[in-house]
Amino acid sequence: MAIGVKVMKRPERNVSYVRATLKGLALTFKHMFEPKVTMQYPEEKGTRDDSRGAWSLAGRWRGTHRMLTDEQGRSKCVACGLCPQVCPANCIKLVPGEDEDGNRYPLIYEIDEFRCIFCGYCQEVCPEEAIHVGQHYENSEYSRTRFVYDLERLQSQTHAVSTLWDPTDPRGE
Amino acid sequence: MSPEMKGFLLFSVIKMLVVFTVVLVGVALLTLMERKVSAWMQNRHGPNRVGWAGLLQPVADGLKNILKEETRPAAANGGLFLLAPAFAFIPALLLSAVIPFAAPLNVNFDDLGTVLAGVPLIGGVLAAIVHGLLGQVAYHGPLPMVVADLPVGFLFVLSISSMGVYGIALAGWSSNSKYSLLGGLRATAQMLSYEVAMGMSLIPVLLMAGNVSFGAIIADQQAGLWYVAPLFLSFFIFLVSGFAETNRLPFDLPEAESELITGYHTEYSAMKFSMFFIAEYANMVTVSAMVATLFFGGWDIPFTDWDNSGTVGAVLVSHLFFFVKTFFWIFFIMWIRWTLPRFRYDQLMALGWKFLTPVALGYIMLTATLIWVIERRLGVTDPTTRSLILFAVNIVLAVLVFRVLDRGAIVSGSEARRRRAPARPAAEPILDGRERAPVTS
Repeated sequence: MAIGVKVMKRPERNVSYVRATLKGLALTFKHMFEPKVTMQYPEEKGTRDDSRGAWSLAGRWRGTHRMLTDEQGRSKCVACGLCPQVCPANCIKLVPGEDEDGNRYPLIYEIDEFRCIFCGYCQEVCPEEAIHVGQHYENSEYSRTRFVYDLERLQSQTHAVSTLWDPTDPRGE
Repeated sequence: MSPEMKGFLLFSVIKMLVVFTVVLVGVALLTLMERKVSAWMQNRHGPNRVGWAGLLQPVADGLKNILKEETRPAAANGGLFLLAPAFAFIPALLLSAVIPFAAPLNVNFDDLGTVLAGVPLIGGVLAAIVHGLLGQVAYHGPLPMVVADLPVGFLFVLSISSMGVYGIALAGWSSNSKYSLLGGLRATAQMLSYEVAMGMSLIPVLLMAGNVSFGAIIADQQAGLWYVAPLFLSFFIFLVSGFAETNRLPFDLPEAESELITGYHTEYSAMKFSMFFIAEYANMVTVSAMVATLFFGGWDIPFTDWDNSGTVGAVLVSHLFFFVKTFFWIFFIMWIRWTLPRFRYDQLMALGWKFLTPVALGYIMLTATLIWVIERRLGVTDPTTRSLILFAVNIVLAVLVFRVLDRGAIVSGSEARRRRAPARPAAEPILDGRERAPVTS
């Protein structure tokens, strides 16, 4: 032994090979009949149901966006321009407009989900609680262009929105 | 050609087709079984997407392997690179030819066509086909349920199984890659080492049976006890060297993933890789079938003589018994694989040369002496009594051997070796720049 190997000093009975082998065989055999832990993904999905334990999505999960609407079905967005301003990935495109009554609304509101880093700043900064990051993770599409979500699409999303970290309630209680 | 010759050839061809189909399909299903067993042992489901409960997974794997691109390293030795998978594949499949898989069937007819004419509905057509193609086909006497009922079946297995190493060694060398070469070298050394122990462990079986044909070995086990009792140590050594011969864990050093990528088949892809895979599983089947045949009575149904009656029912039930025994040992091999970690290379060699081979040698001497004493001196000729006496001796021997193994005297960590080795002076401390003596001003 030219190389210095650190050797644990164990009593001889603890390094018995035959005994360890038999113990190991018994253990692996026992495991064959234990309940399986695999989540059968497309049939079973991660939910917010806490009884599923490890499979539930965290409340602060930040996925693809959702634009909330008011009672008339219009977006809550007032086109203040804070979210494109705060967005570190520069993925929000906003063109503001104004109606006859002087209410501002977005003419164009697009989020490029490919550029988005899902930091959640847009939701945090929004004064109207209009744009939200959502609890959603199944985003596949057949075309890259489909990943630029326009206003209509953002409004039609129905998944739950994220509850971001609240500094006044840091542990989410 | 005589009608008897035609009958022999016809049955041989049928047996060949059946055995090779069953072995290949079985091997495909074994890959699924391995994945399922490994999954269950890790609290997972295993493949369950293709077909019912994943039963079509081997088909999907096979299709994938056939459709995949064959890569060939530019520096590889072309001819040998192509031949190596075949060298590994052919001996593995050849071995299934000599293992009897069921009790012999009593067949007696002078003309197969006339016999088949008795089959309802299609009898006439069958008879016409047989008569037209083959003419008169006759067979008399027991039909052994083995492709080739070799009188030297046993020696055939030893010689052909050792040819499997050529495929692996050639694959390792011809790939012209360091991992493949190391894997091939390891495989060669390992298989040659364990070949010795394996061959030696089987000599007591021959001493007991007094014959080298599988038929005689099974017959002797039917007369006395299954050889696992009177020749327990042989069984143990054979099983351990069987693991080493098939390159299965805990002896899978030739393809140790963490060290050698996949060892000798690192450079192989698609169907060529698949052939190594099939060879490995076919070898597994063969070793399991050998263990079942040599030590667990083969197709023997215990506590009854009905299995020798030669009826169709006896053939089917005895085949079922053979299948269950083989299947158990296949499962055992997988079970061990997902339980034990890999041996270190020096442990592997020490186990083979310092333990299994000497024990096997001593065991040959002992068994030979015992059989001589029992048969010549004590005059015991009844196989059961002989087996029982040997069984008693084997219990004592097994306890002794396992105690030696258990004390860590053979397969041990470096701790035990360090304690045995003479004390060495403490190593010089390694000096680098940081450890210089402080400079005094």
